Amino acid sequence: MNVLDTLKEKLGGSIKEIKVHNAKRIYITVDRADVKKCLKTIFRDLDARYIVASGVENFDSFEILYHFGFDVEGTVVSVRTCLDREKPEIESMTSIIPGISYIEREMKELLGIHFTGHPGLTHFLLRDDWEEGNYPLRKAENG
Amino acid sequence: MAEEKKKKVIVPIGPYHPLLEEPEFFALYCDGEKVVDVDWQAGYNHRAIEKLSEGKHWDQVTFLVERICGICSTSHPFAYCNCVEDLLGTSVPERGRYIRCIVGELERIHSHLLWVGLAGHFLGYNTVFMWAWKYREPVLDMFEIITGNRNHYAMFKIGGVRRNIEEEDMPALRKVLKGLKAQLEMLTHAVLDDPVLGARLKGVGVLTKEHIKNFGAVGPVARASGIGGDIRKDDPYAAYPMLDFKVITADHGDVFDKAVVRLLEMFESIKMIEQSLDAIEGKGGDIQAEVREIPPGEGIGRHEAPRGECFHYVKSDGTNRPVRHKIRAPSYTNIPTFKASCIGQMIPDVAIILAGVDPCYCCTERVAVYDAGSRKKQMYDFNQLVKMSRQKTEKIRKEI
Repeated sequence: MNVLDTLKEKLGGSIKEIKVHNAKRIYITVDRADVKKCLKTIFRDLDARYIVASGVENFDSFEILYHFGFDVEGTVVSVRTCLDREKPEIESMTSIIPGISYIEREMKELLGIHFTGHPGLTHFLLRDDWEEGNYPLRKAENG
Repeated sequence: MAEEKKKKVIVPIGPYHPLLEEPEFFALYCDGEKVVDVDWQAGYNHRAIEKLSEGKHWDQVTFLVERICGICSTSHPFAYCNCVEDLLGTSVPERGRYIRCIVGELERIHSHLLWVGLAGHFLGYNTVFMWAWKYREPVLDMFEIITGNRNHYAMFKIGGVRRNIEEEDMPALRKVLKGLKAQLEMLTHAVLDDPVLGARLKGVGVLTKEHIKNFGAVGPVARASGIGGDIRKDDPYAAYPMLDFKVITADHGDVFDKAVVRLLEMFESIKMIEQSLDAIEGKGGDIQAEVREIPPGEGIGRHEAPRGECFHYVKSDGTNRPVRHKIRAPSYTNIPTFKASCIGQMIPDVAIILAGVDPCYCCTERVAVYDAGSRKKQMYDFNQLVKMSRQKTEKIRKEI
């Protein structure tokens, strides 16, 4: 079974949208509430490799793409979820993927996305006395 | 744990340290000589390249990302070009693909040689350091023949490569490769058959498959732990599907196996370069496809850099600049493995464990050791840390 069919079977109703850019690049969109469940299935049950997460700022929302590598098939699956523009917040995935801690800290300080339940959401790249509320990767006037 | 950690002696390494590719900071929490926990703090050399990229033309970004790393300066342009070509669906002409592989593999050889040399230096084997760096020189000369530069080659562009390999340069390149193979064989045997190096490196800084999975570690670090992940095989790009090579893996996950993987990988790289030269010699052909506009969309590009998978993600809105460019260098997921590999180890071994994942090296160094309880502080410089490492090697050498 190829990656696309496996994902459809395992994640079922959680998938809101699937975009197949080509056979090796699959983007799936899920609700914020379903992200943890989907990531657990992909990372633990389907044994995909965690690559990284990308935070993206749009005009009316924030997005996080969690990238996973299915190395046997050579496919990258990106799980996309949209967050509220005014109060971007999502549960931390550190309990499933320990290595994701650093990129969550980075997204917090550079884009201002808050991760609930993160064990230590302190500054990672910016200095400790960096002005609160100034998120340098945002496209707003402060960025 | 937080309370317990307060009682431990902290050994800070960095922010400036020759073991680290950029200024970074590690705090080793120690119980006597034994490391019980590690904290990592980055950002001392944060240059906001992702942000800068949003303000540059698609073609300029190729040169910007080349500046991310001074040692493997082709890795990021390679991944970035793969990424934009993934967005476009462009295919690179065959000759261009082979030239990309030649540059990528030459870079792997010089980067691994640099690592072997420095690893030897930290262990008190300066002969290994001298040999490895001497053998690295002809590789840099090959770069100069092909690209005009010994580093920062500016070879890549979206759609292909910027310079051709001239037919009259081929014999010189082949001659260097032939000489290099013999030298590498000698170096590999000298390193892997040495009983003292074996005693120093075997069983040190072990990473299990579970650690690799949890941290998402890649490249030689993962392959030394028995995980055969290699983007060149898994998700073939450029001319890699046409080349015959093996993915080198080892089973123990210690620093010795990381050295084994890197040393043997260099022979595979030589093989690939020879095959690529055979494939393009006397054939001619285009080296780049024409790319005019970048449409709206997203692309993901990967390249197996000397240190592991280099990952780029771009988002385009149809203008002449990316709206988002995410870059993940292999060290981003390899460095957190120190949380697993350093714990339970002795301070003299930490230098080589930190070097074992092959972060690049910068030249200034300061290490402070202070007792958190009594607030006593003692400054050590890099020479003293390396001295501790070398004393241990000397001790083992006498015992054997």
